[in-house]
Amino acid sequence: MTTATAAPAAPEVSSGRGKTLAGTGTMVRFMLRRDRIRIPVWIAALGISSISTLSSFETTYPTAADRESAAEMLELPAMVAMVGRNYAPDNYTFGAMVGHQMFIMVAAVFALMSVLLFVRHTRAEEEAGRSELIRSSVLGRHAQMTAAIIVVVGTNLLAGLFTAVGLGSSELEGVTMESAFLYGTSLALVGSTFVGIAAVTAQITEYGRGASGMALAALGLAYVVRAVGDVADNGLSWLSPLYWGFTTRSFSEGQRWWPLLLLVGLTVVLIALAVNLSTRRDVGAGLRPSRLGSPTASHALSTPLGLAVRLQRGSIIGWGVAMIVFGIAYGSVLDGAEEMFAQISALEDMIPDIEGAGLVESWVSNLMSFLAMIVSIFAILAVLRLRTEEVGRRAEPVLSTAVSRQQWVGSHLTVAFGGSAVVMLLAGASFGLSGAIVTEDGGLFGRILGATAAQIPAVWVAAGLAVALFGLIPRFINVAWIIPVYGVVVVYMGGLFGLDPWTRNLSPSGHVPELPAADFEALPLAILLVIAAALTWLGLAGFKRRDLTTT
Amino acid sequence: MTTAIDVAGVVKTFGQTRALNGLNLQVATGEVHGFLGPNGAGKSTTIRVLLGLLRADAGRAVLLGGDPWDDAVELHKRLAYVPGDVDLWPNLTGGEAIDLLARLRGGLDERRRKDLIERFDLDPTKKGRTYSKGNRQKVAIIAALASDVELLIMDEPTAGLDPLMETVFQDFIGEARKEGKTVLLSSHILAQVEKLCDKISIIRRGEVVQSGTLAEMRALTRTTVEAETSTDATGLGELPGVHGLEQLDGRVRFAVDGEHLDVAVRKLGELGVRSLQAHPPTLEELMLRHYGDELKENGSETGAQAADRAGAQDSGVSR
Repeated sequence: MTTATAAPAAPEVSSGRGKTLAGTGTMVRFMLRRDRIRIPVWIAALGISSISTLSSFETTYPTAADRESAAEMLELPAMVAMVGRNYAPDNYTFGAMVGHQMFIMVAAVFALMSVLLFVRHTRAEEEAGRSELIRSSVLGRHAQMTAAIIVVVGTNLLAGLFTAVGLGSSELEGVTMESAFLYGTSLALVGSTFVGIAAVTAQITEYGRGASGMALAALGLAYVVRAVGDVADNGLSWLSPLYWGFTTRSFSEGQRWWPLLLLVGLTVVLIALAVNLSTRRDVGAGLRPSRLGSPTASHALSTPLGLAVRLQRGSIIGWGVAMIVFGIAYGSVLDGAEEMFAQISALEDMIPDIEGAGLVESWVSNLMSFLAMIVSIFAILAVLRLRTEEVGRRAEPVLSTAVSRQQWVGSHLTVAFGGSAVVMLLAGASFGLSGAIVTEDGGLFGRILGATAAQIPAVWVAAGLAVALFGLIPRFINVAWIIPVYGVVVVYMGGLFGLDPWTRNLSPSGHVPELPAADFEALPLAILLVIAAALTWLGLAGFKRRDLTTT
Repeated sequence: MTTAIDVAGVVKTFGQTRALNGLNLQVATGEVHGFLGPNGAGKSTTIRVLLGLLRADAGRAVLLGGDPWDDAVELHKRLAYVPGDVDLWPNLTGGEAIDLLARLRGGLDERRRKDLIERFDLDPTKKGRTYSKGNRQKVAIIAALASDVELLIMDEPTAGLDPLMETVFQDFIGEARKEGKTVLLSSHILAQVEKLCDKISIIRRGEVVQSGTLAEMRALTRTTVEAETSTDATGLGELPGVHGLEQLDGRVRFAVDGEHLDVAVRKLGELGVRSLQAHPPTLEELMLRHYGDELKENGSETGAQAADRAGAQDSGVSR
């Protein structure tokens, strides 16, 4: 610089009080860019879940009599708790079936999506420290939250619209365009309410997991309150936003729009609350201060296994509780099951014919195999933890200590294999126990527990495949999901779709003896165990040879 | 004198990238060895090969007399590692992580742990996800230093620490040296290396381009001389080993190869020196001379000049 110039005038700082939303548009585009795959997949999946069910009802319940008997079955308290009270028993059209049987489930998934997407773009970003970077640029205080609300509510509305158009254009009995729009809008507004709930929980805790955990707990509570209220039929359900959407009674003669006002009102209140709370805290901080922990490690935390158990403890407990609830819920309907199956011709298609077995036993054995597919999700997740630890650079410090690669993998495999067996047996024990109590047949407990135990080798094959992929081609570890997905689609629902029986043979679940309906056979189970062991060995051998992923 | 680390001709490729290109590295037992180079030069890859986390494609690596890949577990009982990027388990406290890592290595010295936590001013009750980068690094450093091991391998251990903690870290490395421990310290904080390290290796594009003590490196390179003379100093430019002579109002400035310093100083005497300043290249200049060409390509004048003063690639240093 040679010539002296006048000092540049400091740019005037205009009062920014009114500009808390500056940059919202940019943030919206940024979030859409990040989720350009995720959001369309959610919209498609949510829409297709209702649309495909509608068309499956058409084939499952071809006659009005079929639908009537289905409606009777749905009077059972366990079914009322699960899907809600039938609001159109006298005119149970295809549309009413969707509105009654599907709404709560699909609305819960809308809510789940809302919570996951919203927290991903708000609290999780703050936790990762990226919000700080963004907030330091020209961006208003409320821009990030507002943009996330716009994106997620918009996703809900699009998914609702897609659902409505898909259902409305089916031209089935009882399905009008207006009723389809009522159904779709109800779903979208329940989802939006959970955007509001997530917006509040995201202010409370510092962690994304905590925020979505709290919001999902609220979802669980809303479900339980509605279930209890519906069974007791005492008006308690009105405390649950899920019920507000349900009680629009879409596809029935008594359908009504006004309950949606409740959803809109609650959403607005929750968002206003969240905005207010957000001004009372710092970026990155939560309203609830984070808790401190132990300054030293307990004795249990001295081995790789101790670490693996500690890391997966929450997951094991959560799955255990969920499986016990599942077992009790299904076990407690066993006494009415015989009668209900007798009435429904369609359900027989779903249950494979097993010679010499009663319908209930066939249903139970089919359920056992479904249970195994669900538990293999736990087993695969537990194996995937290895990869998460590796890519998250937390395996590196452990493998730089006197822990061998086999020991490290073995520790998480103990959780995957041991944990899935325990979770499976918990489901069997609670199923068997509640079933034995309601049917007053004490022998049922042992038979059902034995049937769940027989499924364990099939679960382990799924875990084994994940281990093999982890060791040999870790980039493709997610291919392991093919086992539970194939199992549910082909083995569990194959009868419904009219698939050839041989397709079952491609799934480990297809080889498990169909206890308690059929006789026990040891050979297929032994073969499954050998396959699981071989896959695991392959994975271990592969991991022993390969580089650790370190970037 | 025994060798703690002996790497010869190690090659490691990741797809198209050749991360290590015939790397040689020797670290004697009881030595604090500085491993210098910019990001992406191959420091972390070398360390991960030494830890048996990556498998070398070619070449030979011997660590504490064993094979880093085959004897990993046995060797890891005798060493402690501080990664460059420390990621902790989000729901374990810092204290738990320290205990866990040290126990997995074979135990820790409780008194030392207490002392380290105090001196590094770490709150061990906070959860892993709440720690800042610097605090995560402290956890790894404490876990490493609290273990009784022969060899410390540290990959840019203090990148996130404040200057105060940097001093504490240097004290502990000094203690480790007194106890006869071997330290491989990868860094790009030159002052740290200059202060702590007995020997230095400079790595560039997967090869060690220079290795030795700081004094050895300096002797092999050019000294910068600035002087004021009473007579015209043009003749200096013709002396052997003198480079980049600049003259301005009776002041001269030039760089001279170590072996020709003697002649140049004598010539200055003849010219009537009024003031004289000579300084050996700083570590920064030493390092930049290996990167001068890259800097010039990228358009950095300062770096290229510094590299030139320290001596271009031709000064015949040990490779």
